Order: sequence, then structure tokens, then C-alpha cells
Amino acid sequence: MKTPIQFRLNGEDVATFADGGANLLDVLRESVGDLSVKGGCWQGTCGSCTVLIDGAPRLSCLTLAESCAGRSIETVAGLRRGPDLHPLQSAFMERFAAQCGYCTPGMLMAAKALLDRNPNPTRQDVVEALAGNICRCTGYEPIIAAVLDAAGGDSRRRA
Amino acid sequence: MAKHRGRGVATINYPIGMNLGGDPSQALVHSNPSGKFTVALSSIDLGQGMKSVTRQICAETLGVPVEDVYVDTADSDTGPHCMGSFASRGTHRVGNAVMAAAREARAVMMEAAAEELEVDPGDLETDGLGSIRVKGAPHRSISVRDVAIAAQFRQGKTISGRGIFLVPLSDVDPETGEMTPATCYAHACLIVEVEVDDETGEVTVLKMTSAYEIGRAINPKLVEQQLVGGSWMGMSHALYETPEPYYPDMRNGPRDFGEYLMPGPGDICPHDITVLERPAADGPFGAKGPGEMCANPVLPAVANAVFNAVGVRVNELPITPEKILRALKARGGAAAHSR
Amino acid sequence: MLEFRKDIFADERDDNLKEVGQPTQRQDILGHVTGTSAFYDDHRFANLLHLKVLRSPHAHARIRSIDDAEASRAPGVKRIIRAADVPVNLNTLLSLIQFGKDDEPSLASDVVRYKGEPILGIVATSERAARQALALVRVSYDPLPAVFDVEEALKPGAPSVNPTYPKNTFEYHGKYDHQKLRFGDVDAGFAQAEVVVEDRYQMSPIEHASIETNGSIAVPDTNGRFIVYTSTQALFFSLDTAAKINAMPSNQLHFIGGTVGGGFGGKVDTLTEPLVILAARLTGAPVRYRLSRHEEMQFGSPRGAERIYVKDGVMKNGRIIARQVRAYFDSGAYTRLSSYAVVKCVAHIPGPYTIPNVHADVFCVYTNRTPATAMRGFGVTALDFALECQMDKLAVAIGMDPLEFRMLNVYRDGDMKAHRREAKNCALIECAQVAAGKANWPLRDEFRRMSSRTGGGAGHAGAARTVAPAAATATARPAAPQRVTGPAQTPPPAPPRSAPPPPAPAAAGSTHGAPRFSSVFGTRRR
Repeated sequence: MKTPIQFRLNGEDVATFADGGANLLDVLRESVGDLSVKGGCWQGTCGSCTVLIDGAPRLSCLTLAESCAGRSIETVAGLRRGPDLHPLQSAFMERFAAQCGYCTPGMLMAAKALLDRNPNPTRQDVVEALAGNICRCTGYEPIIAAVLDAAGGDSRRRA
Repeated sequence: MAKHRGRGVATINYPIGMNLGGDPSQALVHSNPSGKFTVALSSIDLGQGMKSVTRQICAETLGVPVEDVYVDTADSDTGPHCMGSFASRGTHRVGNAVMAAAREARAVMMEAAAEELEVDPGDLETDGLGSIRVKGAPHRSISVRDVAIAAQFRQGKTISGRGIFLVPLSDVDPETGEMTPATCYAHACLIVEVEVDDETGEVTVLKMTSAYEIGRAINPKLVEQQLVGGSWMGMSHALYETPEPYYPDMRNGPRDFGEYLMPGPGDICPHDITVLERPAADGPFGAKGPGEMCANPVLPAVANAVFNAVGVRVNELPITPEKILRALKARGGAAAHSR
Repeated sequence: MLEFRKDIFADERDDNLKEVGQPTQRQDILGHVTGTSAFYDDHRFANLLHLKVLRSPHAHARIRSIDDAEASRAPGVKRIIRAADVPVNLNTLLSLIQFGKDDEPSLASDVVRYKGEPILGIVATSERAARQALALVRVSYDPLPAVFDVEEALKPGAPSVNPTYPKNTFEYHGKYDHQKLRFGDVDAGFAQAEVVVEDRYQMSPIEHASIETNGSIAVPDTNGRFIVYTSTQALFFSLDTAAKINAMPSNQLHFIGGTVGGGFGGKVDTLTEPLVILAARLTGAPVRYRLSRHEEMQFGSPRGAERIYVKDGVMKNGRIIARQVRAYFDSGAYTRLSSYAVVKCVAHIPGPYTIPNVHADVFCVYTNRTPATAMRGFGVTALDFALECQMDKLAVAIGMDPLEFRMLNVYRDGDMKAHRREAKNCALIECAQVAAGKANWPLRDEFRRMSSRTGGGAGHAGAARTVAPAAATATARPAAPQRVTGPAQTPPPAPPRSAPPPPAPAAAGSTHGAPRFSSVFGTRRR
């Protein structure tokens, strides 16, 4: 039995049908076609599926899709505005903060959630904000440095 | 009830490529009509930077800017055979194959340029910026783009090349083990400083200091990625990871990442890395491969540091608080082992 | 922080390069930060079906019966794949390079040999439908005795795990149950040693824990071929393995990959491609077989645990004169790559040190556990742990600084290695000097003056340490090694150059000179 569901995705209205009990990760990837969100564990323990729901970082693999009706969801596909990268994306590139790239979308969204509410985080703030995202490749240091760079370097904050 | 500091060291080497050799890789390089190059591979980028390293090696060998080269991988229809990405073989084997293919393509390019400029190919050099010029007379030059057009549409030449690199398979003597495991080795020395809490058994890694010798760093940032990421994984193996905490008893294993412990961003420590380069005779520009050896010295260095801190030897990994506390209890307490 | 010491070995390098050595931005980083890098699962197809697999709950059991009638009628189920459907249902990965015998089924039919072994596949319109149908399959088992410990598995009377290797060890060179290394005479070495240290080391199995799990999607192409999007680390390895198991010509398969979310050795085994291609052939539809994280953790191959015994003999002046290693690789129920790891481990003994007497026996052992596989440092990581802990213990035993102790024994250009090959391109001494300098680890002057390029080889000061003594005739103690250290001693002068270097040493007690046995890989083309 499929349920119609409507929400805003990266600023655009989206409507689709979800299987009863479907999680948001599957709906985004399979029904809506936003492949920028990644699934790593489907158990809520790796953080790679992190999206923003009404500005808050959430694990889309454990979020009931139907509960997102009417909400505003942000994924990494919506980070850049046309050709312009978000400061976090530029900072990740500059700092070589990605190797395989699979955890990167989740990391970026977790970092965005931090910077949106705290534009001047300390290193400890960044560490805590990213503590729910596992990276197997980088050893975390370049990611932390990139987030601090993005915070310090750019006064243009995106809404 | 105290925290004890200690230091430990490990020195290791690591063989480059599949053990005993016999692991070929091939590459194809060709120019499009406007002098931009594609490297066709079936090699795999796991995150270690295969696409990037081969791109730089190709550009260097061709004598063109890296922006004029793209690496296309992996497609079994268009990419020639590569054994795969493992055994620290990528830079060495695939890099060499790409060099061979790029050399062949470059030779055609230089011949075509020589014909256009009416000189001998031996009189020409690439400027690395997209042009080919006469040595000693740089005003006599032609762009790679114009060479590509001339070669294709007037001269009937294809600016392309094929490459394969194979270390011949070595025998193994069944009685003595005589064999040629590898043609070159990378090296490392790593010193780790830890703090051990004798009440909780927890080990905090405070600092790592290391020197890695890798032949030639094709890209220093990619090398840094491997050494930082790999040493993190080594720390993880040494202190945290196990799917079977009571191996060989299979019970009480983790079922998800919440139970499979790995250090997080709050557990990492500063790592002071120095890179040395003693080129391998058969490496591309002397390069070896840092992908696996980056983790290895950390495991024993941590074990040795724990001994230095509290005087207990843990010979079974991971070195968990439980193992340390049991060892301390058996020993009758912590005692730093001074040198 | 990372810095380069370009001055070291500068005379061996030409650093006049344009693109090589530059911190050029990664070709794929823009795709990574925009979420557009296309991993295998970032391809969508209409009517995609999903394959999930029934797995054994027993470590060792005979399958008495399988009843999948109710499962086949479950909602969304398109096809059941049984052992009899697999065209070639016995394989080993390295058969592609003629190493080892086929020993592993894609789907178990009569006996299951590890908890998690695949028995049956269900292809359905969703993963949920496939999992719900799997729950309706009824299998009855007769549990069999199982063995989980490598040394228990080698005892007489232990349950036999793998019928292809009934004694629970891989067969090397057609006749040995392990791979050997013999150099010099360790018994003579231990008799002469002033201190002997012996210990046992145990590694844990390790998860690769790549953030992307193993998976692949097989899609019928318009021309009768199949496109396969895959997370493999070895494209043609997986293609050829899948072609063999499916009894298909290799050019009917078009494998696409190359962008993988972490591998570390866990994506070489071709775990999903053979069955997903079979599923696509049997249904005529695109099919995805994706391991859940739970499956990866419970049933995906780990790095196999190694158990290593090391016995070292050392002189009080700091020279290691004998090293003996006995090691067991826990291969789990099937071979996969463990057979190769054993040879790589033997190749690594005794570590980067020049030791005149070396003896090793390394076993690939079968147990009723998930088959092990390669992982970062395969065959070497465990050994380095054991050997470097040993080095520390030896240093403590003779009262020497652990780093100076290593530098004394470490190999130099020209030294003879236990595999009867000359060491070259060495650099450990320089690594030790640099690391010690940065960490303020004090080294005495003579250690700061050492070089990998001097002091090695048979014609130099280290002559006595590079040649394996022929134990049958040696009655006198060997000359004390030239590189003597101790409290505040000036090093002795280098001996005068004398006779040309002796020929490669014969193993003590062997009648070597007979033709070598054929390659461990059998009839492989050169």
C-alpha cells in the first residue's frame, strides 16, 4: 500500500509515493531519484545518510518517510547554487578531505547543520558535530580542518 | 590510580605489488583531435587516488599540463586488463603501464611535430604548457593542439600508445622458501606516545612521529592522505577493532557500527610525518606505494608504548582496557619500564 | 603535519619534474563534494529486482532438506535460485591464475561449512519482499561437529572442514601442508645465542568496514550481453570469476566500476557478481544484490586472524642470530586468498633485518568460520606486529635501546636476505634517524652516522652477518660481528677488503643443487 507524500527538497516541491514504513533514505534515492544521499549501514550508526530536516541533522535511514510530509529537506545535491560551491564544499576540496568520497555527503550535511547554527565553532564543536559520521579513509583530521576553514573564511552565510 | 605515559617504536618495510609478481596492468593513452589526452584503464580508484596519480604520471611523461589529461576508468569494454587495486601495486604497476603508453604516444606526437616544423624529432622538447618547441630556439614552436590536428587530418598518424607492466612471476622453492617476493620495498619508522590509565585500562594515543620512505611522492597531498588515514586505521586495529572480542569464541560480536569500535574525530592525535624518497629502480619516477604500510607500524608501536608506560605486554589485539587491567592485576600494579 | 626531507637520497633522484610531485587537486574530488561521484549503486533502472540470500545458521551441518514452495508463492517473488541453478557451482578465486583447487560453492547444496554460508537466493520486486520470502523457506539441518581454533583444527581427529583439503590445511607444491623458509641453521643459532626470547601473538579478525558495502547490479543489455555495475577492487578478476561460475564467455559481460567507496581488500572476493548475473539471466530483468551492513559484519569476509609463534636468539652485543617463526592463518571454511597470504607472510620473514639463521613454517588452516580474505597489509600486518613486539622484548632483555637495537640489525644494501636475494634500495636506517630526531629520541653518535648504503654485503664489515653458516661443518663459534656496540665504545675499524664475496649460501643440511620444483602456481604462463 503506497502513501502519497509531499515535501520540499532543496528548495523545490516534491511529490511521490512511499511504501508503508519506507524510510526517507530509500524514498529519496529510489522514488525521488536524489542519489547524492548515501546509505552505509541502514542501521543508524554510520551517519553517511545524514540529511537536514527543517535545518536539523537527521539519519534518513531511520526516519519514516511519511513523517516528512510538509517538511523541508536538504541534501548535498542542494548545497551548490548553480556553478558556485558552498564554502564547505570548496574547503573540503582545498583540504583534500575526501578519499573514497562515500561518507562525504553525510559529513557535509552534518557540518552544514553545525555552521548554520554556530558560524564560529571551536575545534571541539566541530568534533562533536561530526562524531556521528564515520570515515574509514581520512583519519578525520583533514575534515575537521576543512570545516574550520569554511567557518573562518567565508562571511557569506547561506540561508 | 594514575595515568602513565610511555613511548614505543616500530620499524617496518613493505613489499610493493602482488607477492611473487605475475600481476600485470595495461593502459591505453590517446589524443583527441584537439590535443587533449585520455588514459583508458580498468584500474580501480578506492579512494587511494588511482585516477589522480595516473593522470599526473601521464601528463609528466607526455610533457603536457595535467589539465590536458583525463583518466577514464573502469570499463571492461574500453579499459585494458589490470589485475586490480590491492597489494600496494597501483602506483607501481599501473603507473608504469601508463608511462609506457604515454611514451609511445609522445613519440608519435614528437614525430608529427617534427614533420610540421621540418626538424628532427630529437631536436624538439615539450614545454609542459601545451607546446612543442625546438631546443635552443623556443620561438620555433607549435601547439600540441595543432600537432594533433595535423597528425590526424594530414599526416595520417594516431597520437596514441599502449603500455603493459609486468614483474615476471617468481618461483618459490618448497623446501627453502627461496623466492623473489618483490622488486622494491617501502620503509617506515614510527614512534608513538601513549597515556595509560591504570584504573580504567584505557589507552590514549597522544602523538605519533614517523618517517616513511616511499620512493617518490607522485602527489604529496595524496601521500599525506594515505599516511594520515592509514595510521588512523593502525591505531584502530591496535586498540579498538574486533568482530570477535573473545576469538576464537565467536560470541558477543558486534552487529553494527555502534558496536564495532573505531576511534572517532575526538580520539585522533597529532601526527608529525616526514617523507623520504629513495627511488625504486623500477618504479614510475621511482615511486613505490604507501597504501598498506602506513598502518602497520602503529600496531606494535602502541603495544611497545603500553609496555613502556605500565610494564605489561599485551600480545593479543586489540589492546582493550580489559586486557590491560587483567595484565596489571596479574603483575601486581603498573610500573613504567624505563629505558 | 607532513614535510619532506628532499636532501636524503637526493643524489639518487632527479627532482626536475613538472607534474609529478605537485599537490594537484584530485580528479574526482569535485564529484565527491557534490555527491555526484557515481558508485555502483548510483544507477537506476526501471523494474529493478532485488536478490537476497538465505544463509546457514549453523557453523557446520548437513542439509537434509530445503522446502521453498511457500517462499516461491510469496508476494513479489520472481524467482528462486537454487544450488542446481548455478552452472559451475565450485570455484576458488585464484583458479584464474592456477593457484589452488576449486573448493567453494556459490550456493551450498549438501553441507554448510560456516555460519552465514549462502544456500539459496530469492529475487523479488523489493528487498523487503525478498527478505520476507526468505523467512518462509524451511531448511532442516543435521548439525555436525565444528572446529573454530587453528591449532585444534590441525590435531588428529579434528572435524574435517573442507572436503577439497580434508586435513584442514591448504596443499602447497602438491605435497606440503605449509610453506617453509629455511636459511642457515637455527638450532645452531639458538645454541650459540646468549639470550633466547619466545612468545605467542594473536591477531583478531578485522572488518574492512568500508562505508560502502559490497554490491553489484546486473542489467541485461540490448545485445544479449549483461552490464554489471560493481564495487569490486579488481574488475577483470571479478568479471572472469563471474564468467566461469556462469559458464559464459567473458565477452558477454560488460563490467563497469572504478569508483568504489573504500575497499581495503574487502572487495576482491567477487561476493555478489556471480549470483546477481545469474539472477538477471534467469529473470531477464535488472537485478541488484547489495549486502546490508548486517550481512557485511556477520557474513562478509574479515581479515583472517593469525596466530604467530616467534623464537629469537640474540647475542648480548645486540646481534640477532636466529629467528624461528611458526604461524597459522585462519582461512575459515574456504581458501579464497589465504593460500596466497601464507606465501606473502613467509616472504616477509624475518622482517627487514639481516639474520643469518631463519626458519619458518606457515600454515593456511581451515576452520568452520566465515572465509577470511585480504585486508590492508595482507600477510604482513600480523607478522610485523609479532616481530616488532619481539624486537622490543629482545632489546629489553639485553639492555639496549629499542631503536638502536633495530638499527644495528636492520638490513643494508648488499645484505643477503633469508630468501637468498640481495637487499637493495634500503632506507630503514634513515627513517629511524629522522623519526628519532623529530621525536627527541636520543641516539648515540655512531647510530646517527649509520647509512643504509654502507656496512652491508659480504665484502664489507658485516661479512659474518650476511652469510648463512653451514651448520654441518661449523664447530667453532662464528667470529663476533664487526658491529659491536656497548656502553661508550668506539666502533672498531672496518676490516680490510679481502676475498671476493662467497657464493649464495646453501641451506644447512640440504642437498641443494637439484633442480627447483615448479612454480607454486603450477603451469602458469610466463
